[in-house]
Amino acid sequence: MATVVYAALFYLATVAFVGGLAVRIAQFARTPTPLRIPTTPAPTTRTGAGLRVASEVVLFQSLFKSNKWIWLFGWIFHVTLALVLVRHLRYFLQPVPTAVALVQPYGLLFGLVMTGALVALLSRRFLVPRVRYISQVSDYLLLGLLLLIALSGLTLNAVARTDIVATKAFCLGLMRFDLQPLPTDSALLVHLMLVAALMIVFPFSRLLHAPGVFFSPTRNQADNAREKRHAPPARLEAVVKRA
Amino acid sequence: MAAPDAPTADRSHGDPLEMPALCPGAMAASKPYPASPAMQTALGFPGQLVEDWHDKAIARLGELVNGSRALRVYLDSCVKCGACTDKCHYFLGTGDPKNMPVARQDLLRKVYRRHFTLAGRYVPWLVGAEDLTEAVLADWVSYFHQCSQCRRCSVFCPFGIDTAEISMAARDILDTIGLGQKYSNEIIGKVFKIGNNLGLPPKALKNTLESLEDDIEEDTGVRVELPLNREGADILLVTPSADFFASPHMEGLIGYAKVLHEAGVSWTFSSYASEAANFGMFIGSTDTMQKVALRIRKAAEDLKVKRLVFGECGHAWRVAYNFLNTLAGPLDFLDPAYPIPQHICEFTLDLIERGKLRLDKSKNDAIRLTFHDSCNVARASRMGDEPGGQFEIPRAVLRAVCNHYFDMAPETTREATLCCGGGGGLLTDELMDLRLKGAQPRMRALREVADEHGVTHMAAICAICKAQFSKVLPKYGFDMEGIVSVHQMVSNAIVLTGSKQAEELDAAHGVASTAS
Ligand code: SF4
Ligand code: SF4
Ligand code: SF4
Repeated sequence: MATVVYAALFYLATVAFVGGLAVRIAQFARTPTPLRIPTTPAPTTRTGAGLRVASEVVLFQSLFKSNKWIWLFGWIFHVTLALVLVRHLRYFLQPVPTAVALVQPYGLLFGLVMTGALVALLSRRFLVPRVRYISQVSDYLLLGLLLLIALSGLTLNAVARTDIVATKAFCLGLMRFDLQPLPTDSALLVHLMLVAALMIVFPFSRLLHAPGVFFSPTRNQADNAREKRHAPPARLEAVVKRA
Repeated sequence: MAAPDAPTADRSHGDPLEMPALCPGAMAASKPYPASPAMQTALGFPGQLVEDWHDKAIARLGELVNGSRALRVYLDSCVKCGACTDKCHYFLGTGDPKNMPVARQDLLRKVYRRHFTLAGRYVPWLVGAEDLTEAVLADWVSYFHQCSQCRRCSVFCPFGIDTAEISMAARDILDTIGLGQKYSNEIIGKVFKIGNNLGLPPKALKNTLESLEDDIEEDTGVRVELPLNREGADILLVTPSADFFASPHMEGLIGYAKVLHEAGVSWTFSSYASEAANFGMFIGSTDTMQKVALRIRKAAEDLKVKRLVFGECGHAWRVAYNFLNTLAGPLDFLDPAYPIPQHICEFTLDLIERGKLRLDKSKNDAIRLTFHDSCNVARASRMGDEPGGQFEIPRAVLRAVCNHYFDMAPETTREATLCCGGGGGLLTDELMDLRLKGAQPRMRALREVADEHGVTHMAAICAICKAQFSKVLPKYGFDMEGIVSVHQMVSNAIVLTGSKQAEELDAAHGVASTAS
């Protein structure tokens, strides 16, 4: 029973996640950029602008300039999350690639550090009046959701180990549309349920910042307005032509 | 907690970036005067609040979001990390939480969420979505006119979210439903009718320029021309109209004229485009901005010039540097050997570096100087070939013309520069309280260098900054004349060929005067 329910849930979550994101990304990409608005000083070439975006994505460069605490917790959270995600690839890949095998022994460490960072981020929301002022219910809930995912994952890793071989068989089965029985430990069921929930809300929440960072004109535009004309939308171009 | 008091000499001391206590509602009463029906209709907006304002506003918001990737991405991507919360000078000066950039964005974002996102439609309470009520509309009028569109927040946001883009969109919506702002709309009307923000007609302009020629001649013994509408000149110089009119702007204008004279180029002003500033940007209307920009193109074509040079004006330079080519280009009838357009500071520094200007730095020895990076030059444009030239070039000019130069604290200059407090269409008397409070961080940074290095003057390259500082400096215990134009400093130091000053200098050095 659990197997069918969770399989259905994950198919649904995948459709919502991939489909929802695709729609939103297409929307971002289709919306015109009428004017050139890089925040300067900015790189003068497109390659430079690409590197600027990369340094935002990888190092959170602007956040570092802005506030060292938010940067520290935010960056640690994202990096450990990335590492944990890489580690989870072993449930979906057979044979397990070396890179994934390499991070394998540190799962507990990453999980703990990630949880610490999440607790710090959540505490800031409660404790710093400026941040409390701008926080909505969903901001607390999203952090809470991530925290619960981390905690249930840690439980699976360190307290109530589940049948990993069976879990992997379930995951591989999902990908091949060949359902395999899912172990029914409660920690695992909770963990998977929450992950599916996160996938579903992703495209409809401010988690959209993940694709958003690549589409921000103040960051991804090159500062070359004098050298290269930034063509305006047709409506404005028509006015110039008439003039 | 009490709202911070009006600025006094005491408030002018302390850490420029000191965090205020939150004072909700402290600035709710700060509002610009509404534009009159005549001012509104002159720009093609409804004369007063339209009956179906709610639906019109939502429809316009939809159009704007569909027409601007920046707006869409910024409304969707904020993670409420709080990094920007202490970056706005209006928040630092007022403590009103709605002046935190993210909270300002949220005033628009909550309505966007309500109408354009799934979560906002079905579970508004969860994501802070709200209907556009009269109270929200009142907040828009109030707080979107407490943003000078200076982009300081954008520098510090991990996604580069630019609150200026959001303020512009909000003001566009307000105009569309009939709630325009008097100051900006009245001025744009004057540009359309007369050619400049001040409403200075061509005749008066001509007289002004002639009397300036007389002044310069009296001062130096050299007739430096300030030509108007001279067809076939090489360069069209476009400056903010304040340069024709008030101190310390005019002294800057004299500086441009002297530099151009020494360069030996032919140049001219245009009465049709006697305004560099483009307030279409302030009200977020790309169409209006384009109409104003096209005037400059037309003037350049009519006068058959080869080059376009802009005077000292922050927002004007942003529009000229980044938008002119897009909105009124391609300007391929101009000479591609020169930057299109060129900033007067680029022009001057080039001459200095090539040794074409004779400069007597000692003429500025009574002045101990610092430089205010005007935000729209600093964060929304460039000078020179390298990123950051907008910081180095004006400083290089200043260092070449004066002996005592000191920078303010690094967290208050260059890309982190603090707005003067009067930019973005807020330079109007009814917003004086806001302007004074918004200037506090900059005034404190100035106080630091005044105490530490005995700085007496601050140079700026923006007409609005200069006008604003003339007003607020005295309130913070400085001399009103402590604000100077960059080219005013150049004007003081420049030794015109054949001038009295040249003779004196030659005599002092025991050299025979070349002029006699
Ligand atoms: S810094 Fe950017 S993402 Fe963070 S709260 Fe401010 S606007 Fe939102
Ligand atoms: S653009 Fe400037 S004035 Fe506007 S919110 Fe950002 S920091 Fe404040
Ligand atoms: S007036 Fe000057 S300091 Fe103020 S926003 Fe404009 S450029 Fe910036």
